[in-house]
Formats: sequence, structure tokens, C-alpha cells
Amino acid sequence: MSQAAATSAVSTDPSRRARLAEFWYYFSENRGAVIGLVFFLFLVLLAIFAPIIAPHDPTAQYRDAVLIPPVWQEGGRAEFLLGTDAVGRDMLSRLIYGTQFSLFVGVIVTTLSLVGGIFIGVIAGYFRGWVDTVIMRVMDIILAFPSLLLALVLVAVLGPGLTNAMIAIALVFQPHFVRLTRAAVMSEKSRDYVVAAKVAGAGHGRLMFKTILPNCMAPLIVQATLSFSSAILDAAALGFLGMGAQPPTPEWGTMLAEAREFIQSKWWVVTLPGVAILVTVLAINLMGDGLRDALDPKLKRS
Amino acid sequence: MTVVLEARNLVRDYHIPGGLMKKAKTVHALKGVSFSVEQGKTLAIVGESGCGKSTLGRILTLIDPATSGELLIDGNKIDITKGDLTPEMRRKVQIVFQNPYGSLNPRQKIGDILTEPLIINTKTPADERRERAMAMLKKVGLDERHYNRYPHMFSGGQRQRIAIARALMLNPKFLVLDEPVSALDLSVQAQVLNLLADLQDEFQLTYVFISHDLSVVRYIADDVMVMYFGEAVEYGSRDEVFADPKHSYTKTLFAATPRADVASIKARLAKKQAA
Amino acid sequence: MALLEIENLVVEFQTATGPFRAVDGVSMKVHEKEVLAIVGESGSGKSVSMLAAMGLLPWTAKVTADKLAFNGRDLLGMSPAERKKIIGKDVSMIFQEPVASLNPCFTVGFQIEEVLRIHLGLDKAARRKRAIELFEAVGIPDPAERLGHFPHQMSGGQCQRVMIAIAIACNPKLLIADEPTTALDVTIQKQILDLLMRLQAEHGMGLIMITHNMGVVAETADRVVVQYKGRKMEEADVLSLFESPKSNYTRALLAALPDNATGDRLPTISELFVDEPSLQGAAR
Repeated sequence: MSQAAATSAVSTDPSRRARLAEFWYYFSENRGAVIGLVFFLFLVLLAIFAPIIAPHDPTAQYRDAVLIPPVWQEGGRAEFLLGTDAVGRDMLSRLIYGTQFSLFVGVIVTTLSLVGGIFIGVIAGYFRGWVDTVIMRVMDIILAFPSLLLALVLVAVLGPGLTNAMIAIALVFQPHFVRLTRAAVMSEKSRDYVVAAKVAGAGHGRLMFKTILPNCMAPLIVQATLSFSSAILDAAALGFLGMGAQPPTPEWGTMLAEAREFIQSKWWVVTLPGVAILVTVLAINLMGDGLRDALDPKLKRS
Repeated sequence: MTVVLEARNLVRDYHIPGGLMKKAKTVHALKGVSFSVEQGKTLAIVGESGCGKSTLGRILTLIDPATSGELLIDGNKIDITKGDLTPEMRRKVQIVFQNPYGSLNPRQKIGDILTEPLIINTKTPADERRERAMAMLKKVGLDERHYNRYPHMFSGGQRQRIAIARALMLNPKFLVLDEPVSALDLSVQAQVLNLLADLQDEFQLTYVFISHDLSVVRYIADDVMVMYFGEAVEYGSRDEVFADPKHSYTKTLFAATPRADVASIKARLAKKQAA
Repeated sequence: MALLEIENLVVEFQTATGPFRAVDGVSMKVHEKEVLAIVGESGSGKSVSMLAAMGLLPWTAKVTADKLAFNGRDLLGMSPAERKKIIGKDVSMIFQEPVASLNPCFTVGFQIEEVLRIHLGLDKAARRKRAIELFEAVGIPDPAERLGHFPHQMSGGQCQRVMIAIAIACNPKLLIADEPTTALDVTIQKQILDLLMRLQAEHGMGLIMITHNMGVVAETADRVVVQYKGRKMEEADVLSLFESPKSNYTRALLAALPDNATGDRLPTISELFVDEPSLQGAAR
């Protein structure tokens, strides 16, 4: 018997490292994804070490240096590398501190909507029947509103502020996770290993969250990265509309809103936060694409 | 010999609810099947797709209830709709599926797959669970190195060994084997069939062996039941059924099975020459 | 003259863990009006070698061969456009999963008429007439009505008949059947095999049967190639293969058949056949 097993033995590295290596092989094939990842890591470091890196306090107002252009332009000053805004705050420091808020928004919103969405989605996909119908109709209703409009209404009800904006955006994003989880659970539920666990005596809770859920994670991780960037975008939009983070918080959307009146004359006050949002969202989206390539076996070319 | 499993007139209907344009209808997947299996024996259930053999397998494994009829395990009547499904009952019946690639949770290590039934059903302490899983791995021809690996690192035959090991962790009375070798290569099929025979001898296991492959059935079965459209058209000992099939469907089935012996090849080639 | 000639075919795939050699120096010839069976277990490269010959492998595969010729014409040096003209017309293939090989969005009639339009350029009325003839030839009852059906409305056996009808639509010289009956029930398998054998005799086609089932080999083949881990182990006519197999691997394969069981336990391949280290190295 042992001899028989030896012949059919598959010689694969038994450790997790082999899986990780394979993941990296597919991920690194996508150059955009690697660039996105590097930039994202850079942002994370920037956010963590903001107090050390930033040359000025983001809220300190230098009355003698209002609307100074970036250093390479005429009239720029070496102490304000990217210039200052209308009340004399250093743009560079504000942008650096802005990463903190953007990443914070991304993490909180994604976690909230992911956890909530997974929970509701697993229940809908596992039990089906009327539970499923009720849940999915509610989700359909949420999806029927333009997302930003719904977030605006929610913030208007809850009151403006970054925390409430995050809750609102998380609620708006939730249905995407619910749908995705439900679909994945439904396809996994009829697989033999689930029936086998049932025959072994596993109860509903164990089947839902220990047996089925881990096998549904790949599409959810991809969706989570993509909604991370949408969350940053939506938070910025709410900030721009005055419903998100309130001044003087150095949040990128709020910075944009404050700079509106200088859109024609002082380009750096408007452009720089806009570029920061653009580049961050782009980097995360590229990374998400790479993740999908690496995690989705259907897209693997072999 | 004691009868481990007895089925009396099992019926299973599926109701398909009607839609806007269709009428509701009832599909009779199982139309009254009766049989009994003694301890240590193998009953083979033969039939083609859609004959109800997998439905029967799910009823015997206590996954789905029968619409009517009685199921007796160890002489005790059991009806899962009435809440008879105690952990003790659960432990008596286990199943091995056809497709070894779908029946193991890809995110669980082999060790976790094997110990899970113990965690759910017993209060065995962790190190004893581990010990028993290790012992079972060896019994099915794998070894301790495999304990911490994931299913995707194994070949089809090895996975089927793991599935068998998992089924045996709770010391069941009988196993439902739902086409356990039909997804395997010929060489691996022989190994798994031998393993099943070894385990049957050692634990006095009772098998219900669902298959469409007559050559495998002839090799492994004591009794044979042939099913056709939800009915048992032939039921008897292996030698009776193979020597003297009564029902016309059984005869068709036997005639259709390709034969790999020299005499029939010679006959075919001679016929081809003549044509 | 040989219909299909393959000499020293090597197919390698690029994978995450490095190159994998799926076919390792296989040579074979198929003659006109001959039924050749290629037998092997999974991973023996039996399907891959035929797909490589047809140029149907994805771009990750590297195909090399000393000679790859169909009907005397070199397939390796041919442009993809020229190759396309031969494949589907003079050579056609049927696959294991009949339901999956048909496009679920179109009726079977549309799919068979499409082949007739592309390769034979028949007009509408002629296409329909020919399609009905073909359905009759493969034994589909009520052909005129069946043409309007979608694949999901037919059983697996019927779908395989449709696939065969499409495959023989252009009177190919060679038909490659890749496990044509593996997904089917035994009684349906018998019907499909009988149909294939009848069509082969009627049309005088060459037929390559790729299978893992020794019973199917015994019932259909004239000549047999046995493959193992990408290598050819044995080539013989069907009777001598079953009567007196030359390679140890074939002998082990035949002994593992439950039909041939003599004792309590089946002899397993590993007991009878020791894999040569060189082979293992080559196939990894």
C-alpha cells in the first residue's frame, strides 16, 4: 500500500511559501500591478511617518506666506516646496497628512462594508427562500439610488463629518459585497465537500463561516481593493461638497473645495490635491487588477 | 449475520414548482426501493445517469429525507424529518464521493479535514484527535508527512484515500460509496479498490457501492441491485445477477459493456473481415 | 501513404514552476481507413499530442517535431490560415463533453449549417438539405425538427451525435475522437461507438480514438499506441496487444482491469511496472 502511494505522490513543496510564490508569479507578470503596489506601500509609509516627514504643521498658518507658488516657479520659497494655500498653510505637509485620512477612510469603509456585506451575503446565499428574497430586494433598492446621492442624503441625516461620511459610504458599498458573497456561496454550497461536512455533522454556522466562506474570499478580496479606491474617491467628493471632513482637516477633497475660487489663478492649490487623489486611486485600481489576475484561476493562462 | 441497513419501499418525489408558463410537476426519482445489507457485505447499486441511484445514496446517508418508506439502521427506524438524527446515528453512516477534486475543502489542511468530524461529534482532546488522524492516514496508505498539506498537493487517487480516511474517522457502521473509482485512472482504481477491500476486512464495514461500471461491480459486490428509472429492476446475489439476468434492461446493460478480452476482439475482427 | 505522420513530437508548457514536458518524443503514423487507438491514463499526453498536431494548443505551449505531416503536406511550416483550411475540413475532431462543445446560444441546426457555409460554401437550401441528411446519417430521429433545437434541449448522447454530424459534415479524411464516450452512459456509449465504426467504414475515414478505456480499445481499434507520461510505451495491432503485450506497462494496465481479476485483490500497476528513473525525470 505504501509503495502504491509513493508512485502517485505529487512532489510539491508542502509549505505555504509555494503558494505565495505562485501568487507572486502571476501578480508580478502584470507590471502595472507591481507599480501600483509599490506606490501604495509608499503611501502607507507616508501616512505612518507623516509627523516626521512633513516639514510643517498641516494647520499652521503662515500669514506672511499666503498663496506662495511651488518652489520652481517665480516667487516660490524653499521652505514651502509645493507652495501654500489661501491662508498660508504648507501644501506639501497638508498633502502628506491627507494620505492619513484617505487611507483611514479606505480601510474603515472597506472593512465595514466587507464585514457587513459578507455576513448578510452568506446568510442570503446559504438559506435562500424568503430570507434571500427580502435581503436582495433591500439591496436592490439601495443599488437603485445614485451612490453619491444616497451618501449625501445619509450624511445630511447623520450630520456632516468624516465619521458619518464613512458610515454613509460603507452603507452604499455594502450591496456589492452582499451580491458577490451570495453568488459565491450559492455556487460553493452544492459542492461535495460541503455535503461531506454536513454528513460529518457540521451545523449551519460552521458550514456557513468555516466551510464555505474561506472558499469565497478570492473575488471578495479583489472587490475590496477596488472599493478601497472608490471609498477614497467618494470621501473626497463628499468633502468637496462640504459634507465630509470639515475644515481645517487636511483631507484632499476638502482641500479641493477650499481652493475652488482659485481655480483660474493659482493652479497649485487645486491641481495638487486633485493629482494626489488621481494617482492614489489609479495605483490601487492597478493593484486590484493584478490581484484579480493572480487570484482568479479562470484567468490564469497555463 | 446481522442486518445493518434495511430499506423498505423507499420513495422520493421532487416537486418542481410551476412558473408563469409552466405547470407544477412532480418527478418520481425513486419509486419504492427495498433491500437489506448484512454486516461486512457489499451491496452494489448499478444504473445509468438519472436512474435514481444518487438520490438513494443521499437518502441512505441521511442528507435528504425519503418522501415515504422506511429506513432502518441497526434495526432502528430513522426519519430525519422527525428529528431522529442524533449524533450517534450520524456517526454510523458516512459517504465517499465520486469526484475527489470536489469533495475535499481546498482551504483545509489534511489534518483539519480528518479531525473535523471528531471536533464536531466528540469531545476527544486535541492530541488524541491528532493521533487518531495520523493513524488513519497510515491505514489508508499515506503517511504523517501529509498531515499539514493542502488537498491540491495530492493526486486524484491520494485524495480519494483522504476522503475514505475522513469517512472512517468516526468508526461508521456502513459507508455509501458514490462512484468512488470512476474518476480515477485504471491503475489508481485498482489501488483504491484494494484499499476498500482491506478496510472492509479489518473493520467489518458494510458498503453500499453505487456504480455504473459493471466490471468493477462484478469484482467488489456480494449483492447487486440494478436500477432503471427509479425502480429496482433486478436484485440478487452477484453470481445470480451476472449469470442469469432476468430483466431486459439488465441484459441490454450487459451487452453494452465493452469487453476487453482476446476472444471478443477476435470475433470482432473476423466480423469486420467478412463485411 | 500515411494520412497523418508524426515524428519525434515534443510539447512543453511554461508554468509557474518552470517548463513542463507534456509530450516527449512521440512518433506515430495513421494510415487511410484505419482506426488507431491512443490509450493512456491522465497525464500521458494522449490528447495534447493530437491537439498539438492540429495546432489547437494555447500559446504557452512550445511544439517541436521532426516531422508533422497530413496527407503528405507539412503542417509545421504552414501558415495558420492554410492550416485552418485543412482543419475542420479534412481533419475534424470531437471531444469528451458533447454538451460543452456545442455553443449554447445557437440552435444545433445553425451550428451545423455554419460549418457547411464556411468550408463548402453551400447556399441556404443546400445547407439545410445536407444538414438533414447528416442528422439522418448519425441517427437523430425527426431531423428537420431537431435542427431547430438548442443543445440544452437534447441529451448528452444526442449532443454527441450532433457533434459527430458536424465533424463529418465536410467528409473529412481523418476524424480524431478525444474520449468521445467517457461522459456518456454505457448503453449510449455502445450506440455512439457503433455509429462511429459504421461511419468510419462507410466513408473510409481514418479514425483516431483517444481513450483511457481498454474496453473501448478492444471494441474499436485496428492498431493501438500506448502512452505513459508523455512517452510512447508500445505500438501494436489490437490483437497482439491484448494477447501478448510487449511492454511491462501494457501488461500491468491489462492486469489491473477488474475483468481480469483472478484473486482476492487486484494487482496494481506499481507492483508490476517499475517506472524507469529516466522516464520519471523526463516527465517530472
